[in-house]
Amino acid sequence: MIEIRWHGRGGQGAKTASLLLADAAFNTGKYIQGFPEYGPERMGAPITAYNRISDTPIRVHSNIYEPDYVVVVDDTLLQAVEVTKGLKEEGAILINSSKKPEQLRQYLNGYKGKIYTIDATKISMDCLKANFPNTAMLSAIVKITGIMSKDELLSDMKESFKHKFARKPEVIEPNMVAVERAYDEVAGGNE
Amino acid sequence: MAIRERLSGNEAVATAMKQINPDTVAAYPITPSTEVPQYFSNFVANGEVDTEFIAVESEHSAMSACIGASAAGGRVMSATSSQGLAYMFEMLYIAAGMRLPITLICGNRALSAPLNIHNDHSDSMGVRDAGFIQLYCENNQEAYDNTIMAVKIAEKASIPVMVCYDGFITSHSVENIMLLETEDVQKFVGKRNPVQYLLDDERNISMGPMDLQKYYFEHRKQLADAMRGAKNIIKEVSDEFYKLTGRKYDLYEEYMMDDAEIGIVVLNSTAGTTKDAVDKLRASGVKAGMVKPRAFRPLPYEELPESLKNLKALAILDKCDSVNGYAAPLFMELTSAMYSKKVIVPTLNYIYGLGGVDVKVEDILSVYNKLEEVAKTGVVDSTTHYLGMED
Repeated sequence: MIEIRWHGRGGQGAKTASLLLADAAFNTGKYIQGFPEYGPERMGAPITAYNRISDTPIRVHSNIYEPDYVVVVDDTLLQAVEVTKGLKEEGAILINSSKKPEQLRQYLNGYKGKIYTIDATKISMDCLKANFPNTAMLSAIVKITGIMSKDELLSDMKESFKHKFARKPEVIEPNMVAVERAYDEVAGGNE
Repeated sequence: MAIRERLSGNEAVATAMKQINPDTVAAYPITPSTEVPQYFSNFVANGEVDTEFIAVESEHSAMSACIGASAAGGRVMSATSSQGLAYMFEMLYIAAGMRLPITLICGNRALSAPLNIHNDHSDSMGVRDAGFIQLYCENNQEAYDNTIMAVKIAEKASIPVMVCYDGFITSHSVENIMLLETEDVQKFVGKRNPVQYLLDDERNISMGPMDLQKYYFEHRKQLADAMRGAKNIIKEVSDEFYKLTGRKYDLYEEYMMDDAEIGIVVLNSTAGTTKDAVDKLRASGVKAGMVKPRAFRPLPYEELPESLKNLKALAILDKCDSVNGYAAPLFMELTSAMYSKKVIVPTLNYIYGLGGVDVKVEDILSVYNKLEEVAKTGVVDSTTHYLGMED
């Protein structure tokens, strides 16, 4: 079973991204859970969401305390939240940042595992002319976890966008470009 | 053909309601069950169901509208949580006393004060004596399945049914689920055929008038008898559902109980977490087991003690408190049933997870650790414990 914890700020779509990841994994035949931790939700306040992905039915119904992967949708959270808490050393952290992975290690409380970065905000601004980093984050975490191949991801996302943007077909292609760029531009992975 | 899907608990329940296509749904939104009437009103707006959706101004009115529509002869459903269920309190007794087969969805949530939107079972346990059948659900699949079965159970027993699942943990968590074809759901639930109903123009009747002493007692006794008889109806309907889906349901579920020496009784989503804890213990040779009641009303008071009688130590977990200076409802009712059946097992009550405090596998393991100690010594130092709040 793979366990993933998402850190974002209210309004950035971390919950949506976790549900999209659950969808993608579901479509490859896996058992999944996708759930947010509900608190006093406000725009900009730190929020947490979770995924479990497994080959067998998932019975546990608690939050995730020792994730295999952590995804940080907003790098200003690094100073506000202990994002690496419980993160397995053999796992990895993915951070939405314009910085290089090793520049961020100093903020990670001595975490020794792999660090990946993706400039999801820039990709989103380039492709979508707005800051919706979650599509790019989703693509990057799929690559890191190896939940599915790039081709599977692209065809799955295309189907999902066709459905989601049925009334705005003109945004499907820019979103697909964002997915592909994020997959190719993930940096890091050195321990 | 079953349909492989992934849905949140609320989506699953709303989907079941769509497939049931009831005559009337009356509801007032409240977290965490808000999405149920929200999704359902979309189905109504899109013409996917024939249901009359009544948007009311309170939960008291929601249940009142359900009572009226059900008395008129309709198949009726509603959904609520927490304060909403508390606000229905008066009308719940009326629905049950009038023997109206209403299906009420309850996304379990704590009661104020202090204000809290998260999950525990204070709401449905607070109305446990209203005369509703209560079915508890571990996950989205069970919430979906029980919603479909509830309609049939209610109408066969002439007793309203409450389907309870954990707020947020189940209601807002997306999980895999197998759905039935709508056609199969329709065939399974059939049509409601009330013996008598208000809109029968061949036979004018009055429903819900005053009973003088003797009649009142008689009617209450009939309700009590019907609740006893509902055990068999639940089993019959569950057998029929098993034939349709291959998913087996009984009054309760046993997990690794055959040779268990220490056991936990627990409702809803924590039962899943407990199964993982049991597997861990079994892997290290500890004979742990679990029992998950599905029906709390009617209480399987004859069957459950039978299932627990060979244990050396037992913990009954309650996600609510009776604040009675002693212990919580599931504990009190089960130990009473055990006493009646002369089943004497050292038994602890753990009150856990109030207001949505997260329950991890490790928390459940700590209960089993305590049980191992009790099993060795046979000594219960104190009966009631508050999980994670001690020492």
